[in-house]
Amino acid sequence: MSSLQTILPLEIRQLVFEADGTRLLHDINLSLASGRRTVILGPNGAGKSLLLRLCHGLLTPTSGEILWRGAGSRERAIRAQAMVFQRTVMLRRSALANILHTLKIRNVPRPERRERAQAALAMAGLAHLADRPARLMSGGEQQRLALARAWVTEPEVLFLDEPTASLDPAATRSVESLVEGFHAAGTKIVMATHDLGQARRLADEIVFLHKGRLLEFAPAEEFFETPRTDEARAFTAGELLW
Amino acid sequence: MVTRLTAALTILLLWFAGAVAQAAPLTLASTTSTDNSGLLGEILPQFTKTTGIPVRVVAVGTGAALNLGRAGDADVLLVHAREDEDAFVAAGYGAFRRDVMFNDFVIVGPRDDPAGVGDLKDAAAALARIAETENTFVSRGDDSGTHKAELRIWRAAAFDPASASGGWYKESGSGMGATLNLAAGLNAYTLTDRGTWLSFRNRGDLQIVVEGDPPLFNPYGVILVNPARHPHIQADTARAFIDWLTGPDGQAAIAAFRIGDQQLFFPNAARP
Amino acid sequence: MSTIGSALAEAGALLISFDADFLEIVGLSLRVSLSAVAIACLIGFPLGAAVALFKFPGRGLVSLLLNTFMGLPPVVVGLIVFLILSRSGPLGVLGLLFTPTAMIIAQAILVTPIIAALTRQIIADLWREYGDHLNSLDASPLDRIGTLIYDARFSLATAVLAGFGRAIAEVGAVMIVGGNIDHATRVMTTAIALETSKGNLATALGLGIVLLVIALSVNAAVQLVNASGARKAAMA
Repeated sequence: MSSLQTILPLEIRQLVFEADGTRLLHDINLSLASGRRTVILGPNGAGKSLLLRLCHGLLTPTSGEILWRGAGSRERAIRAQAMVFQRTVMLRRSALANILHTLKIRNVPRPERRERAQAALAMAGLAHLADRPARLMSGGEQQRLALARAWVTEPEVLFLDEPTASLDPAATRSVESLVEGFHAAGTKIVMATHDLGQARRLADEIVFLHKGRLLEFAPAEEFFETPRTDEARAFTAGELLW
Repeated sequence: MVTRLTAALTILLLWFAGAVAQAAPLTLASTTSTDNSGLLGEILPQFTKTTGIPVRVVAVGTGAALNLGRAGDADVLLVHAREDEDAFVAAGYGAFRRDVMFNDFVIVGPRDDPAGVGDLKDAAAALARIAETENTFVSRGDDSGTHKAELRIWRAAAFDPASASGGWYKESGSGMGATLNLAAGLNAYTLTDRGTWLSFRNRGDLQIVVEGDPPLFNPYGVILVNPARHPHIQADTARAFIDWLTGPDGQAAIAAFRIGDQQLFFPNAARP
Repeated sequence: MSTIGSALAEAGALLISFDADFLEIVGLSLRVSLSAVAIACLIGFPLGAAVALFKFPGRGLVSLLLNTFMGLPPVVVGLIVFLILSRSGPLGVLGLLFTPTAMIIAQAILVTPIIAALTRQIIADLWREYGDHLNSLDASPLDRIGTLIYDARFSLATAVLAGFGRAIAEVGAVMIVGGNIDHATRVMTTAIALETSKGNLATALGLGIVLLVIALSVNAAVQLVNASGARKAAMA
């Protein structure tokens, strides 16, 4: 991912988020650097989704700071990132047209668009579905299309919010291999999941959240072998957390 | 996408412009009675054929026609309310007024004549008896020439129908045709000009019960809207129209207009 | 009953005969109403989308007014436009009174709130779906509006038909600003009013049936276009 000035590392300082009078994230401090695949792990309701949205700029913090390095303008920062959601947003158009739309928004010159869109479809194994209405594709195909859409923006950072939560194992594997593809091309991966197996497969480092608090931040091996907190121990053992 | 949008917009604007850039014809404000009788539809094409000037007729009540003249929204008026026409010219809204033609009003009512006015020759007496017997009477109620004539006859009968408005006296506030529809529907009495009556097709059970009384005489006047007050009006074509209407051709055309074989309007322009 | 029978016969005769006067009236009706709807869309689509998408002071009030004005009485709009376009009125110099242009203006005023209010609702609903994605792409305001309007095109088509229905069916506004002038500003609805007032009830009803047939044809045409397009885009 060529950019003269990278926006990483991301510094998150004293991040607090409240909604309807309830504090949902408590004083998160975190630094995310390039190269390592970061998995945000935790039970449902831990605040993983919120953290991703705050980092990406879809939500405004109640207090605290989210600082991308060197990014002068907010526009510069958000355009160097891409996000894939748990429930995909498919435009009411064909698969190819969905990608063409992203290229248009990014002001890619018109003659280049078709070729780049087709290349992205091919990368995602969806070339044969180019003219299929996106909303008629299967869940797995839609997530792969979402990743193909993100691919053409050449992001420095890719946020993924539980992308395989509603997919079967085969579809999950194909999505994970696409994520690996991004990583191999140099994109920083930040992915939220509650799936332990997936975390073990993909993570280089783990951010463990529970009830809106950052409990542990460690390299993956260390986290899984020797979790430091009780909650982490219970979670990795597959127990329910309250 | 943008070029297609621009093309569509251009076509739209041209279509629009077509609507605006029409040649300005003569605007004649007249009454619903004249229009509904079919007279204007018959004689105006003759004028257009001779002079090449198209005439657009806006048919409203006499009161509304005079208002259009006051505002300068019409070039020439053809109405039938002598007092109001004279006042209009006197106040400077009209340049002048000329006689054109006359016809008459008739009182129509249900065939079985519950008020028993069929044997009366006197219009005022007939209305008085209708009031006495409280039979339903429909009025124009719209400040038109016909309405004003009706009110004159009520005054002659020394009765004010306003007290009965909404009861047996019903004010439709509409043109002659709509009023006749109402009278036919209610099987009621009403005052109408003969021209509209003869061409009206929804008579129901109604027929003429009183006619021929001098107060039922109905003269029409043509007025040039004052160009000094409204410089934009088509003064020259308006004058041409008035000259034609009150001249031998227009007068002959008026006399020639018939429904069935009955002449409706009688030309009476002063010979120069 | 016999009136209805003769009305159907007259409607049939009118449709088959291609009588010049009749075609002129139909043509003008379509020209006035379609022009009005086109203008209403040009104003209403972006207006509705903007109110749906952007926060600004008074937004709630604008939304309320748009919804309220969907029910503007045609005769009141006609009266106000009449007063404005009258020679004695503020825009009298344009000389637009009693012309088809005045009728188009009046109907455009009637239809714009319908298009805008329905667009606002449609776009707001679609934004709930597309918002995250468009925010993530950091799309410009213009791009957002363009994306949403394009993807909502089938729902918006229904809104446009609602506006067209209102325009083609109204008589109050066009009667007052147009004057129902023969060969100039007479449209189907004013012709029906005139024939009724002349007591020609069968003819009036016949014209009314023709008006319904025309409205039906327009709606059917749009529905056909929609159906094939919707299948292609899968508007699920």
